[in-house]
Amino acid sequence: MRAADERAGGPKLALSGVVKRFGQHTVLDGVDLDIARGEMVCLIGPSGSGKSTLLRCINLLEPVDEGFVRLDGVDISEPGLDPGPIRRRIGIVFQSFNLFPHMSALANVTLAPRRVLGLSAAEAEPAAEALFARFNLAQHMRKYPDQLSGGQQQRVAIIRALAMQPEVMLFDEITSALDPELVGEVLDVLRQLRADGMTMVIATHEMSFAREAADRVCFIDDGRIAEEGPPAAIFTAPRQERTRAFLRTVLR
Amino acid sequence: MNRRQTYEARQRRRAVLIASVSTACTLAALILLVPLAPGWPRVQQSFFSADIFVRTFPRLLEAFLVDVAIFAWSAPMIALVGLIVALCRSTRAPGLFPLRLFAMLYVDIFRGVPVVLVIYLIGFGIPGLGLPRPWNSPYIWGTVALVLTYSAYVAEILRSGIESVHPSQRAAGISLGLSEGDVMRFVVLPQAVRRVVPANMNMLIALQKDVALLSFIGPVEILRQAGVFKSLLANFTPYVVAAVIFLAVTVPATRYADYLLNRERDARS
Repeated sequence: MRAADERAGGPKLALSGVVKRFGQHTVLDGVDLDIARGEMVCLIGPSGSGKSTLLRCINLLEPVDEGFVRLDGVDISEPGLDPGPIRRRIGIVFQSFNLFPHMSALANVTLAPRRVLGLSAAEAEPAAEALFARFNLAQHMRKYPDQLSGGQQQRVAIIRALAMQPEVMLFDEITSALDPELVGEVLDVLRQLRADGMTMVIATHEMSFAREAADRVCFIDDGRIAEEGPPAAIFTAPRQERTRAFLRTVLR
Repeated sequence: MNRRQTYEARQRRRAVLIASVSTACTLAALILLVPLAPGWPRVQQSFFSADIFVRTFPRLLEAFLVDVAIFAWSAPMIALVGLIVALCRSTRAPGLFPLRLFAMLYVDIFRGVPVVLVIYLIGFGIPGLGLPRPWNSPYIWGTVALVLTYSAYVAEILRSGIESVHPSQRAAGISLGLSEGDVMRFVVLPQAVRRVVPANMNMLIALQKDVALLSFIGPVEILRQAGVFKSLLANFTPYVVAAVIFLAVTVPATRYADYLLNRERDARS
């Protein structure tokens, strides 16, 4: 019953006391974070602060050592849980695109709907084509990844995740591997998704984007959320010295 | 032509000239000096008899078709068994551990024993159980020996290909909700197989030659036929004929494999 109650009013995604260690090294050291339905949260912080690991823990690519990850109030971090059905509901896009190089863009997008959702090609392709059209990639969908620019590849990777109709999308520094002139087209996709009301967690180094588009910004340092708040507050009046020091170096 | 192009053209002409002169000298030395050896007339008569070459060539070519046939039915079986063993070795599920162990032992054993020995042991040993015709055929057990040996090598090549696919590809598949099996089948394996095509080409060439080893257990293929001619004519020329026929197939195939390897290397860099 409690789960049903939370589904109605509680956070879409809730992390409490999440700890992740790799051997002796503690990467996440007790992260608490509630994300509301339709909210766009940007994670900022130095390299190695744990942003990527946090996203990978939400998606169950990495098991958490302590604490809970709840999706619609249901604990998804329980050891032994079949991760397949949960990963389907949480899409992730990686820094290095990770498109399948031996498949056309369209085949990249339709593989999971066909294999996981059991759709036929005739069902999966129109839906995929609609997504390509929506993000202005219709003329590229028969191409292979190595025939596409980095920005186009990353947009295909986003479409591939969206084709599973996820409830939450995670973005792991998706513009960091791009040439500067290609960053804009990828960030535009994120703005479109925000307008659709997608729940998103974005690890990013694009401070101006975080400032302009995020509902909330979390500064992560040393495996903890050192400071969080609306972008205006974080960027103009950070309370923590560590946040100030970080922003000084990246905004210089 | 600018200054640099003039200079490079001159350098190229010089290199071609030096290479031609040195090749001509080497060839001349071989042609002039080898016949001066005291035993040359005898060697020429017993290894390079034009008359015997012409007389034995058609029959040897025919016998070579047996090699080609054995090769043709062994290769697909090797591909299949090699793939199965490679998948067994790459499995992570604990329930399949016995399979992994078996695959490991299999690869260790058959890579560690000379092909000839495997052919002898299986080719003579199993029909020795008193199997009825046609199940005692050396063609069957010779093929089994080749398949077992070569599958071990091909499995190792495939496994290295599987491991060369970056873990991020697996992560991408898994994060879309694909099962481990689907990730292997649709994401990892197609990339792995493509990468190891050149290495497997080399295995095919080696197999084409090793088919001749079956002559030890019975099939009258080219090497055995050459041996028959040798005894009949008291002359070694049939072996040279056999070598020439093998070269006619393996040299182009080797060149093609090298071409594939280079292309693969260029594509990666």
